Amino acid sequence: MKLIANLQEVYKHRLLIRTLVGRELKARYRGTVLGFFWSFFNPFLLMVVYTVVFGFILKPRDPTLGEGPWMYALYLFAGILPWTWFSSSLNDSANVLMVNGNLIKKILFPAEVLPIVSVTSNFIHFLFGLPILLIFLFVFGKPPTVYLLLLPAVLLVQFVFSLGFSLLLSALTVHFRDIKDILSNLLTFWFFSTPIVYSLGMLEHSPALRAVLDLNPMTHIIGGYHDCLFFGQMIHWKRLGVTLIVSLVLFVIGYAVFDRLRDSFPEEV
Amino acid sequence: MAAIELDRVSRIYQKYSSRHRFQTFKSAIVKGSLFGSLKPDELVRAVDDVSFSVEKGQTFGLIGENGSGKSTILKMVAGIAKPSSGRILVTGKVSALIELGAGFHPEISGRENVYINGIMLGLSKKEIARKFDEIVRFAELEDFIEAPVKTYSSGMYMRLGFSIAINVNPEVLLIDEVLAVGDAAFVPKCLDRIDDFRRRKKTILFVSHDLSTVAKICNTVAWMKNGKIRMIDEPKRVVDAYMQDVTEAQEAEFRERKEEAAAAVVAVPAPPPAAEGPASARLEQGPAAEAAVTAAPAEAPAPAAEPPAAAEEGRREQRWGKREVEIRRVVLRNGQGEEKHVFRPGETMVIDMDIAAREPVKDFVFGLAVFNSMGVLCYGTNTRLEEFESVAFSGEGRVVCRIESLPLINGTYYLDLAAHKRDGYPYDYHRNMYSFLVSSMIRDEGVARLDHAWEFSPEIKIKSPAK
Repeated sequence: MKLIANLQEVYKHRLLIRTLVGRELKARYRGTVLGFFWSFFNPFLLMVVYTVVFGFILKPRDPTLGEGPWMYALYLFAGILPWTWFSSSLNDSANVLMVNGNLIKKILFPAEVLPIVSVTSNFIHFLFGLPILLIFLFVFGKPPTVYLLLLPAVLLVQFVFSLGFSLLLSALTVHFRDIKDILSNLLTFWFFSTPIVYSLGMLEHSPALRAVLDLNPMTHIIGGYHDCLFFGQMIHWKRLGVTLIVSLVLFVIGYAVFDRLRDSFPEEV
Repeated sequence: MAAIELDRVSRIYQKYSSRHRFQTFKSAIVKGSLFGSLKPDELVRAVDDVSFSVEKGQTFGLIGENGSGKSTILKMVAGIAKPSSGRILVTGKVSALIELGAGFHPEISGRENVYINGIMLGLSKKEIARKFDEIVRFAELEDFIEAPVKTYSSGMYMRLGFSIAINVNPEVLLIDEVLAVGDAAFVPKCLDRIDDFRRRKKTILFVSHDLSTVAKICNTVAWMKNGKIRMIDEPKRVVDAYMQDVTEAQEAEFRERKEEAAAAVVAVPAPPPAAEGPASARLEQGPAAEAAVTAAPAEAPAPAAEPPAAAEEGRREQRWGKREVEIRRVVLRNGQGEEKHVFRPGETMVIDMDIAAREPVKDFVFGLAVFNSMGVLCYGTNTRLEEFESVAFSGEGRVVCRIESLPLINGTYYLDLAAHKRDGYPYDYHRNMYSFLVSSMIRDEGVARLDHAWEFSPEIKIKSPAK
């Protein structure tokens, strides 16, 4: 099958992927004072803003989040960090083929390496921020539980989902340049359609809205993070399982579109 | 055994029209033609049914004008582009010197870029580590390798790129015009390296516009035109045939230009003698240059009519004089009498002028001068300087000046032709109205080619150029 052959080809280029991810991360921190703390600092600032607005001004109503704005801040942080990985992956992927146009035109390698590198380098970025989140949780009385061991499952689902979406986006953006602009709007909308600044518990009065949010794969992925990191409880296997299947389908479609358009990249980027 | 084999290969480029270049996603959705709009609407045959094979250890050259499909073939052999139809077989590891330093990241150091670029070109980390010093030494970047690549000059950038690519140590090396950007010291070094490859029986596919290098290093050369192969043969023959074709194209262009120029000159009638002084730097040479043509012996006062200011500033061509003796037509011919504008050094050039006198004249001199594109007078003479004595001329006549072996180097030249009195009074002066091109594969320098021959005593081992 074409997909398997393609994946084998990508696997052959794993050293290239690793090197490009390394380059991406190095280049990102090169010339910055805070270095890799930036991977933590951006979500941290976002968290501060949301904590002030939603924690102090609007006051959360969900008692499961625990008492006080600090608990709410941790809840926020546990959602924003993976969301940042997701949204930056998509933003980077939408540009990645154009930015690396000279590579695609001049050097022989499978082009899907580039969106893979986008998703992976943002993933590493996310991993850098993760210990800081864990320390915060520990300090504010949420020590790690055994359910933390299920985190890799959540990471995997998000990785597949992000990658499928990235492949689709990167290939289509070559032909439709305005996808980048649509994407930034879409991501804002998507952010608020995902229980990050609020919790699903706040939606019990509105089953309709709840049902709509359940259609959003990111709801279940971010929910997985909340379960593993914040609540310290079992993840929803069924929901996450379905999300994984959806992610795989998206991946296959995204890859197929990418493959179909592949030959046009050297001329169009 | 063939290292590279192309079997009826075509490459059709999909040309997406401006109608939907940068088309918006929204409009595609609205029109309901998301996939329809991804279909190309024009097809361009960049490579059309090309077959050839390169034996292992051979150096194969591809020449042809820009856009003839050479680079597309190279990209297909490298695997970057796929043939639309046909088959390409390449045996052995390929390294492509298509663009040097593609993929260098400006923010990170030269050292890290060597690793990344090497991996992109298919080396393992260990191999790079082993070759690292050699790569850096060859690129002459020992002192800068830790600096970010953004601080490199373009020469340093190119040297590093070349050095990495050449150290990939491929079985098949593809070279696309990359040597054009190197400096005078680095290019010979690269050529040495390529020679070394040839000695080690590696296969090279070489695309270049530098015909003398192609003729020198290739075993076989293919000449491509409009995506098709026009000729495959030994280098000398192909290069000659290609040069011939280029010359013909240049001829056509010259003829066109000459017609334009003639039209332009006619449009500007003989200007009034009241010159306002030299109008441009170019014109300041006027009197001196003219002196070369009309140059009368010192005793003549030579009040040579001032070259009038150009009607149009910076115009090269001018014509002045009252045309009591008129140069009606000028044709440049080769030794066989064919009209030509492009000459090889050493070829015969004949300047053929039709002359008409309005009334019988006794005092007349014919002169000519050749300028190169820098405006330097290469040669000027006239019948008086050569001690012809005018006796009488009336009606129509013909003046032919035959240069048996044109002693000029590569470049464009302009001709001044004049008929004037002994004292310099111009009858008809044509300034730079005729031009011709000298086209040569030898890149010698200077104003003129001095006829010469080399001799070497037997101790000096030296190879004469392949003829």
